[in-house]
Amino acid sequence: MTRADWIRLALIVGALALLEAACRYGYVSRDAVIPPTRMFEGAWRAVTSEETRADIWLTLQNVTLSLILSLIVGAAVGLLLHKATRLRRALDPLLASYYAVPTFVFYPLFIVLFGLNRWPLIAIGFLFAVVAVIINTLDGLARIPRAFVRTAAVMRLTRTQYALHIILPAAAPWFFTGAKFAVAYSFIGVIAGEFVVSGAGIGHAIAFAYNSFDNRMMYGLIVLLFVAVGSVNTFLSIWERRLYARRAGR
Amino acid sequence: MPAAQDADPLVTAERVERRATPATLDTALLLVGLVALWQVGTLALGREALPSPIATVSKLAGIMADEDFPRHAWETARAFLTALVISLVAGLFIGLALGAHRLSGEVAEPVLTALYSTPKITLYPVILLLFGLGISAKIAFGVIHGIIPVILFTMNAVRNIRVVYLRSARAMRLTLAQTAFTIIVPAALPEIVSGFRVGFALTLLGTLIGEMFASQRGIGYMLVKAMETGDTGTVTALALLLVVLATCASAALLALDRRLRRHALTS
Amino acid sequence: MSAEHLRLTGVTRIYPALEGHPAVHALGRIDLSLRQGEFFSVVGPSGCGKSTLLDVIAGLAKQTAGTILFEGKPVAGEVPDGIGVVFQEDASFPWLTVYDNAAFALRRAGVPDGEVRERVQHTLTFTGLMSFASAYPAQLSGGMRQRLCIARTLVMRPRLLLLDEPFGALDQQTRLLMGDELLKLWRETGATVLLITHSLDEAALLSDRIGVMSARPGVFIDLVETGWAHDRDSRIVSETAFGAVTARLWGALRDQSIKALAMAS
Repeated sequence: MTRADWIRLALIVGALALLEAACRYGYVSRDAVIPPTRMFEGAWRAVTSEETRADIWLTLQNVTLSLILSLIVGAAVGLLLHKATRLRRALDPLLASYYAVPTFVFYPLFIVLFGLNRWPLIAIGFLFAVVAVIINTLDGLARIPRAFVRTAAVMRLTRTQYALHIILPAAAPWFFTGAKFAVAYSFIGVIAGEFVVSGAGIGHAIAFAYNSFDNRMMYGLIVLLFVAVGSVNTFLSIWERRLYARRAGR
Repeated sequence: MPAAQDADPLVTAERVERRATPATLDTALLLVGLVALWQVGTLALGREALPSPIATVSKLAGIMADEDFPRHAWETARAFLTALVISLVAGLFIGLALGAHRLSGEVAEPVLTALYSTPKITLYPVILLLFGLGISAKIAFGVIHGIIPVILFTMNAVRNIRVVYLRSARAMRLTLAQTAFTIIVPAALPEIVSGFRVGFALTLLGTLIGEMFASQRGIGYMLVKAMETGDTGTVTALALLLVVLATCASAALLALDRRLRRHALTS
Repeated sequence: MSAEHLRLTGVTRIYPALEGHPAVHALGRIDLSLRQGEFFSVVGPSGCGKSTLLDVIAGLAKQTAGTILFEGKPVAGEVPDGIGVVFQEDASFPWLTVYDNAAFALRRAGVPDGEVRERVQHTLTFTGLMSFASAYPAQLSGGMRQRLCIARTLVMRPRLLLLDEPFGALDQQTRLLMGDELLKLWRETGATVLLITHSLDEAALLSDRIGVMSARPGVFIDLVETGWAHDRDSRIVSETAFGAVTARLWGALRDQSIKALAMAS
């Protein structure tokens, strides 16, 4: 733990304590925000509730499906675009503007296409995540030094050997970065969808709690969500650091 | 290890694109192809599910000509521009401060990165509770989405200013103000503008989503009402409007970004 | 009299015209004959086509006209067996250790493990990298990384070794020492070496023969025999003949360099 880490921990604990005091002594409206202790209580209640666990499980399934699809399709499209230079150049400005477009507007279209089940949610998560994977895969492939290509030629490697033993490990760190975004965006896409229209999942549970004025459950679920996503992101960052530390600057 | 925002898809896409020469004609062709694909989709899924491109354009023209529309558009614009100004200005200053003061930056960065990658949509109920229904909630939605990338990018920009520039400034005996305005800002500007680009896009997103939940007015509200009543014609028309606006604005900012980066040494 | 190892006859390379760019006559016409085991350097002004020459000999690029015979067999756009290339840029794979880097090509070629181990250990020891075998390239200095690239190439036992300004990024002292190492490796392997360098000292120091190239399109305008002993090292800088060689090189090269500079601006 560095000095910065300690300071950060102290600040977070301090902020929570401040919020706790502000809530308990009435500085903040009880209708709006509840004390952190009650939030954690709500989180505990949520985790121990069967219904909520089912919701959480459902969301996780949807997120995982979206993630896997976006990784596979994203990597494949990235590889294809890397080869198809003309198509890639035509597509570049559109890719760069992709995340400016509110993709959730396609949600009703997906409901028509897939029905009122999990697939519109997965589709939104997929749409959100796949482009991040494509862009980062393209970036990684573009960064492969020309010296590697020529070295492979001099070593007289077959195309498969070149792809498997040079392209893959060389571009892997960038693909990993794309994967990190895919995780975050899959969560965002799926849960946002659950918010708007859905009968199940964490997003829906939060919306339901909000509409039922059940603040404790609502905040509890939000806390759970942040902890879950935060943990996944931290785990991915640590894993990434361990994987690529020895490459130091790739 | 590069910071998270270095890999932000919007910025990475530009970096990939910048290496290639612009192929505007090809892109135009691609757009035509996409519209053709759309038409095929209409034929496949039916006019009820997916209105045709022509029907959508005419519907949009009808919506925009309607007397209610300017009110909605202005509502959205008002909320968005306010949120944008807050995101960019506050984000810039906070980012500059965190970039200049090493320790603060180090303390804040993981928190900001974590917030950046978590679904902020889950904070919407909290925002609604805090701000109530209305324009302030929408602005708040927009700000919580847009301010974080601006802070992160600006912070990174200041931190990454090449030390040799600062040493040159000392060697030239510049004052703090001169150093700031003639060296730090120009050196950090390209990356700050990238942050603005991302901030712009996300603020728009946040404002729109805010309107879907927190308002009886605005384009987001029109959208959600159309979605609820199954009015696919309106949904598609508004979606087209948003896509075109967002893409044009993004392209304009991208052109600005590229012009600025032309003078930058590193890519 | 050593056998002829490499022969170029009438070789030219012209890059075809592209969108907005006219065709570029990069190289030629080149006529060259290398003896087996010879150490040959190529010097020339920037942009004269030295690297193109290397590409064409290695089969990395196809010549527009002319024949290249390596060990009697023609080379045209495909890398033949028995050629090794060390590039200007660091081509070491950052995700592999020094040992795995060196073993890479052998493993891909299906060489059995025992032989791989023996050859890699021998080459790493010979290039002074054995104690860094489990380190990663990111942990090595620039000079050592180039040494790794050389070791990786040598492990394949090339009969013709092409080097494209391999010491370009290094400081002068390191360059001199690396030059000594290169001579050592050359003697041990008996390979024919073609070194491209912009350093006249380096060429004069290391080579049996030096080809001076003109500005673009590059052709050989002088071939200088140095007559050094086979077991030479960097100490020959002190011999008077050394000064004569560099003087002759610069005499031939000076005008070409001025011309190249004018072309570039």
